[in-house]
Amino acid sequence: MGNTIAEKIFAAHLRDTPTPENAVLDIDVVMCHEITTPIAINDLMSRGKDRVFDVKRIKAVIDHVTPSKDSKTAIQAKTLREWAQRHRIPDFFDIGENGVCHALFPEKGFIRPGNTVIMGDSHTCTHGAFGAFAAGVGTTDLEVGILKGVCSFRNPETLRVIINGKLGPGVYAKDVILAIIKKLTVNGATDKIIEFTGPVVTAMSMESRMTLCNMAIEAGATCGICMPDQVTAEYLWPFIKSEYLSINGATIDFKKWHSDPDANYAAELIMDITDLPPQATYGFKPDEVKDVTDMTGIKVDQVYIGSCTNGRIEDLREAAGILKGRRLADGVRGVMSPATPKVFMQAMEEGILKIFMDAGFCVTNPTCGACLGMSNGVLAPGEVCASTTNRNFNGRMGKGGMVHLMSPLSATAAAISGVITDPRQFLGQDRVGDKL
Amino acid sequence: MIPAMKRFGGPAIFLDRSDINTDEIIPAKYLTENSKEALRPYILEDLKLDGFDPRSPALANAGAIVTRANFGCGSSREHAVWVFEVNNINMVIAESFARIFRQNMFNCGMLAIELPKEQIERLFTMGGDVVITVDAGFSNFQARGKSGELTCSIILNPFDRQLVMAGGWLAYADQKY
Ligand code: SF4
Repeated sequence: MGNTIAEKIFAAHLRDTPTPENAVLDIDVVMCHEITTPIAINDLMSRGKDRVFDVKRIKAVIDHVTPSKDSKTAIQAKTLREWAQRHRIPDFFDIGENGVCHALFPEKGFIRPGNTVIMGDSHTCTHGAFGAFAAGVGTTDLEVGILKGVCSFRNPETLRVIINGKLGPGVYAKDVILAIIKKLTVNGATDKIIEFTGPVVTAMSMESRMTLCNMAIEAGATCGICMPDQVTAEYLWPFIKSEYLSINGATIDFKKWHSDPDANYAAELIMDITDLPPQATYGFKPDEVKDVTDMTGIKVDQVYIGSCTNGRIEDLREAAGILKGRRLADGVRGVMSPATPKVFMQAMEEGILKIFMDAGFCVTNPTCGACLGMSNGVLAPGEVCASTTNRNFNGRMGKGGMVHLMSPLSATAAAISGVITDPRQFLGQDRVGDKL
Repeated sequence: MIPAMKRFGGPAIFLDRSDINTDEIIPAKYLTENSKEALRPYILEDLKLDGFDPRSPALANAGAIVTRANFGCGSSREHAVWVFEVNNINMVIAESFARIFRQNMFNCGMLAIELPKEQIERLFTMGGDVVITVDAGFSNFQARGKSGELTCSIILNPFDRQLVMAGGWLAYADQKY
């Protein structure tokens, strides 16, 4: 019998099998940010083990609260910064060049097909978009990863999600993943890896695949994963040109990481998304999802566009497409956080920042900010936010606040209208000079 | 220094809801704390549940949590495990766990015990004042309440059991790899 991509990656990285159910893997990339790493660093120091297994395989960034907002966050940043300097970790990103980890690290070409990746952050599953096994872990796993370069997992079971059909206008990867989470529920994929395949995924850009994989954890999955193909090779080409003769050659080589046709799946979900309308969450759990058309009229106080789910250039382009020439509705605050400096720069060069600022948005530096209710747009009790982030837990963006998760296009439609609105009504209209 | 195996058991706190997430166990605003100890007062601060008060003295004396399905979902923050640890709650009994939370429990040498739905239901029907005791090899635990007694076997993956014995994953991995 054949193997799934996850089984192939496990087999290629197996360090130990403490029991037939468990695997200890060698880790290719250990990623660190300033919220979950400092306690690991302090603990290693107190044990007299302030070492790292391989400076080149550790990547670190200050991204959750940057610039630091108070003494405590400044101490966290300092702890990570001094540790990175002490060990001469070459890939450390501090203020001026930092951005949201799950957007920044892929952009730097750090994640390759077949890699094993861990980070003390649940949305590490994002990197599965590159055909890697990438899992969020806690601080102890991270600490062992930093020290020994290994991590333990139960042997993988894979849930295959086959996405058929064609995305309708105004419908994006975010709508697809919300619809999938609604079907799977918040623990429908616990202890499983979600393999996203089918013509819709094949047609998606890397950015869209990252959006898809980013929210795999919201169904409980260990990792989301896509087969590495020509789209992957084209995205990675600047970083792999010395390893391959051509993009085509890389694409062929990546096939070694594809699941075999006779691989064994724990479960399968087949969807046709041709008629899928824009989706949004209505409650405090990411599986509480409805059609946006069933939520129209809900008043919003804030619109947040950014995060590791939807703060990439493609997302900002979609939003700017309908925002151009329009303004925020009265009484709505708009916050836009490009996910990385590169995205920021591109958005500036393409005139996207101007569109957002002309509309009345506050454009922030790249950071996690309001996504986890730490800074840059925390809600007051009773306030409602239309957000492109990935979590709508009670209190996530501020105690007593309500977050409706949706695509950048739907969030922008809410920004213009002041209420949740079907974004498709804004598509294809002549916007310049339009006085709305 | 070899970390000691933890002490398990004590009065149980019942959290009667599924899908309790780690933001509810410890809100993100406390993730800026630089020590586990500093988390102690904030345990379950944002959890809204009928009949549950995070300020109640019962929580301060508790030694175990009993809850429903998918406990600890959401963010990977190990703070959600540490906040139990520093409050001397070293075991959580649930119908099921989110993967990262469960792994974090065993990584800290703590017990995440999964029980079938019917047994969880029976624990809940025993009422509020239930004390849990765990046998030396942690193969069973006993729940004693006003309405009687219930013995449940603890079924653990052998590797998870080794982590608990070793006092956590760091101690285990440091020896072995
Ligand atoms: S943007 Fe939000 S979900 Fe993504 S890493 Fe930052 S805090 Fe986590």
